[in-house]
Amino acid sequence: MGYSKRTNNRGFDELRKIEAKTGVIKNADGSAYFKIGNTAAYAAVYGPRNLYPKFLQNPSTGILRCNYNMMPFSGTGERVRPGPSRRSKEISLVTEKALLPVVDLKEFPNAVVDVFIELIETDAGSRCAGICAASMALADAGITMKDLVVAVSVGKVDDKVAVDLDYDEEAYEDGPVSDIPLAIIPSTGEFTLLQMDGEISKDDLIKALSLSKKVVPKLYEIQKKALSEKYKLYGSDTNGNEE
Amino acid sequence: MGKLIIQDKTIVVPGETLAEGMDYLPGAGTYRLGDKILAEKVGLINIDGRALKLIPLSGRYAPKRNDVIICKVIDVTFSGWRFETNSAYSAMLSVKDATSDYIARGADLTSYFDIGDYVVAKITNVTSQKLVDLTTKGLGLKRLRGGRMIKVNSQKVPRIIGKQGSMVTMIKKATNCNIVVGQNGLIWLSGEPKDEVTAVSAIRMIEANSHIKGLTDKVKEYLGFTGEVGEPEHKEYEHSQNVDNQNVDNN
Repeated sequence: MGYSKRTNNRGFDELRKIEAKTGVIKNADGSAYFKIGNTAAYAAVYGPRNLYPKFLQNPSTGILRCNYNMMPFSGTGERVRPGPSRRSKEISLVTEKALLPVVDLKEFPNAVVDVFIELIETDAGSRCAGICAASMALADAGITMKDLVVAVSVGKVDDKVAVDLDYDEEAYEDGPVSDIPLAIIPSTGEFTLLQMDGEISKDDLIKALSLSKKVVPKLYEIQKKALSEKYKLYGSDTNGNEE
Repeated sequence: MGKLIIQDKTIVVPGETLAEGMDYLPGAGTYRLGDKILAEKVGLINIDGRALKLIPLSGRYAPKRNDVIICKVIDVTFSGWRFETNSAYSAMLSVKDATSDYIARGADLTSYFDIGDYVVAKITNVTSQKLVDLTTKGLGLKRLRGGRMIKVNSQKVPRIIGKQGSMVTMIKKATNCNIVVGQNGLIWLSGEPKDEVTAVSAIRMIEANSHIKGLTDKVKEYLGFTGEVGEPEHKEYEHSQNVDNQNVDNN
């Protein structure tokens, strides 16, 4: 009994299909597109640039400002009302906190790096997709970063611990469901985001978190490939730089 | 024994392990974590003996002392001008660093530089809080009239200038344009409109292919240039040893 089969015969430790690109928005200093299953996020980074209003300025470091937004047509149900909501403000905040441990803006006192995340299509795991896109966009913008940030959701659907839940699983009604979005710094294994919705036992939580460690290297490789591919488009021979 | 994980001239991303062990040293754009050396930017790796250096491929301009930049007047004050520098910080030019003319107290400074003017200036000082001071006293430092302005990625500027200014000199000769390249990624061109367009597309090509070998030949072919490449037109280029600073316009 219980939850035995995922859509598309996906394994319980398997991610949805991922597509990642960088440099998708020409006017931005850095940008990225990250699509996981039917959840797709664009991220654009502007800066370091002048920060106003002035009272927000910090003379000892530059600040990071994130903005998460879902497009009105992005959901499957009703139209998402445009403008900031309680939910999007919270996600903007946790995104900022998830990315802040890796970025170093000490070189840019009083300045700001703006990150805009737009979700064009959502099917659960949108904050994770947003964080993945944002970390790639920051790297693309040439910001000093200790590492990229990898984000994915794990959880328990009925009696099975699973990774990267889609909306149907989050809305599963025949048993308990828990959804745990998390973000990890791959090089150190530190968590920068850990939230939970639903209920889960201690043992299952540990199981779920260790499951996430399995997929982190895969996600990191995808981000890495997307970042370097931008430059490989122009030719594979990267030797002989005159600088 | 230390182990090198990546090869010379590969493109790396933040968090990528470059070397293991204490035999290698982290240079610019890299850092040490435990006994590993990791990258902290997207860029090309340059292995220089035991030191690993990362040449960034993207990022906005950060003001640096002695850089020659092109900037725009955004404010005229009692004692000077404030400029927009295509970076996170604006820069100040005081009257005494602007000209050796005698300027009476309270004189109209807009007769020198007015709001919206583009000026080639040199950075004389940058403080820890990124207050930037400029001067316009010096060779090639002046107000720009006419022509067109384009913006490029400031990390690609050294490539656009080339060794000893060879690349920009070639474009100048091939297109008969007057070109000033600012370290901050602003480039001013002036010439016949169709020549300007050719020069702009050559610069765009360099910007897109900056990390590729044999670029000079590619650009030479693109411009249909037959002259000698690599010889600067004027001796002034040789004053500075750093390629970064060789962007003085001599025309």
